[in-house]
Amino acid sequence: MTASAHVTAGALAPRESRLVPRLLIGLALLLTAVFVVVPMVYIFHRAFAAGWSVFAANIAEPGTLHAIWLTALVAVITVPVNVGFGIAAAWALARFRFPGRKALLVLIEIPFSISPIIAGICYLLLYGRQGLLGPWLLAHDVQILFALPGIVLVTMFVTSPFVVREVLPLMEAQGSEQEQAAVTLGASGWQIFRRVTLPNIRWALLYGAVLCGARAVGEFGGVSVVSGSIRGQTNTLPLQIDLLFNDLNIVGAFAAASTLTLIALVVLVLKAVMESRRG
Amino acid sequence: MTMSIAHLTRRFGATEVLRGIDLAVDKGELVALLGPSGSGKTTLLKIIAGLDWPDAGALTVDGEDWLAKRAQDRRIGFVFQHYALFPHMKVRDNIAFGLTVLPKAERPAPKQIAARVGELLHFLQIAPLGDRYPAELSGGQRQRVALGRALAVDPRILLLDEPFGALDAQVRRDLRRWLRGVHDAAGTTTIFVTHDQEEAFELADRVVVMGAGRIEQIGRPDEIYDHPATPFVARFLGLTVELPVTLRAGRAEAPGLDPSALPRRAMADGPATLFLRPTEITPVPDTTGPWRVAEAVSTGALLRLGLEGPADCRIEVEVPRRAGRGLTEGQTVRLRPEAGQIFPRQSNSDGASAPAAKPLSSVKESSL
Repeated sequence: MTASAHVTAGALAPRESRLVPRLLIGLALLLTAVFVVVPMVYIFHRAFAAGWSVFAANIAEPGTLHAIWLTALVAVITVPVNVGFGIAAAWALARFRFPGRKALLVLIEIPFSISPIIAGICYLLLYGRQGLLGPWLLAHDVQILFALPGIVLVTMFVTSPFVVREVLPLMEAQGSEQEQAAVTLGASGWQIFRRVTLPNIRWALLYGAVLCGARAVGEFGGVSVVSGSIRGQTNTLPLQIDLLFNDLNIVGAFAAASTLTLIALVVLVLKAVMESRRG
Repeated sequence: MTMSIAHLTRRFGATEVLRGIDLAVDKGELVALLGPSGSGKTTLLKIIAGLDWPDAGALTVDGEDWLAKRAQDRRIGFVFQHYALFPHMKVRDNIAFGLTVLPKAERPAPKQIAARVGELLHFLQIAPLGDRYPAELSGGQRQRVALGRALAVDPRILLLDEPFGALDAQVRRDLRRWLRGVHDAAGTTTIFVTHDQEEAFELADRVVVMGAGRIEQIGRPDEIYDHPATPFVARFLGLTVELPVTLRAGRAEAPGLDPSALPRRAMADGPATLFLRPTEITPVPDTTGPWRVAEAVSTGALLRLGLEGPADCRIEVEVPRRAGRGLTEGQTVRLRPEAGQIFPRQSNSDGASAPAAKPLSSVKESSL
């Protein structure tokens, strides 16, 4: 937000009733509290309701521990791949005019507009035993569904637009003159990327990566279709929460949920810091 | 270095941006590419830089074929209109960039680079700004940094795209003189693009006037100013009044025109057009004159007169306000041109070469 948005009128501005603004602000605060803050506080409240030791024991439960590890692994694979994809796609779309460019712009947005569960089903139909590639994969002993590759693929699909969407508008706004200047000064393609392009987009890139990571960690719908929810094997943290909840292990579910919430809060802080840095 | 360009053409889709450019530039010259927007001057500059490529033609520098060379390998200095400084680097690092990207074997030691940057900062009179970021500089200072960055690699040729376009008038004038000084002191060969004739004439050794993808005229500033070679150049240089005349024995004749101040021309008899600046024409009150003052507006120092003449002709002239007493609306006058250029009237091709450049005050088509 720019400074000008905060300018208040001079002392001679006509006085208007303050009632309406106050009412609206109050309403906004109330709704935020009811719908966002209270449920989140409640998660932590329930997680720690039986005391710290019970919480710790629930987190240390092998199924939950494995779910945390698996979720982190998925994020660690997904984010760098999508950062690479995001830079490549943004570069191509911002710097070149080629046939099919508009189509690519639309395609990149698709994961945003369709429900993740559809992505999951698509992958199921493609890689499943009865699917298009299923028999071939089976014959070559490649396990994609109900295993890490399937989870990673669906997560990558769902999170693929985040980095492009942050980086592309910035690259378009900046234009290519700086890169051209670097060319005339004798810089090679890699030098231009590392010393001119990358520093210019670094905050947008980090911001996109953080959003991408947050979504990768929290993804439920698509992953639930392809993971098979094998306890201690293919259960990610969101799936584990669902499982614990269905087992009526409420403290366990809330303990796992609080972990996920904590990650989300850290992301939120990172995001706020980056937004201010991005100017 | 000497550069030579031959038969260069470039089209963007259906538009011919360059239609056969021939140009030679000598070592140490300061050349201006002057023309209205859309004349192809920036495209020509970018082709010399290696940022764009022609469809046909040749570009050689010291006998080397530059079209076979990438921009990276040409060792040029290019200054962009909006400078294109690297915003995340200090002024110092911006200037050093070209040296730091050299291959390891050719790259000077960090100490040498720092010394060279210090030298340039001093030379460009921006020594105190070395540790600032581009965002903290004024337009004129950014211009100097951009020039420093281009000069750091000791370029074989310095190319500037509208170097003063983004600056206000006073800074513009100062920097113009300063750039001439830098060019002379650095001993580079320089080509710059501008649409401002004053800028081109003041700064350049030679001016290349471009229009619609062609070179209209090449010459020293005074030469071009005194003897525009084509109607296009004449119009571009502000000779916006166009009077239809008939040439007879080298003298322009038209009803109500007193050509006594014009020298005789060695030109064939026939229909012609007299091009003049609005200030180069004196309306003399004459009750039988065929021209009538339709409008008189004062701009302070000048009186701007709209004159209506024979065959629906309408022109605009300017006289010093004091000399214009008696020239009120409705007054009939004859015209006394003090200077001007005469070009034979070719049925259509003349008008077609630059229809957009034809100002309001030009002769109406019906008079042809």
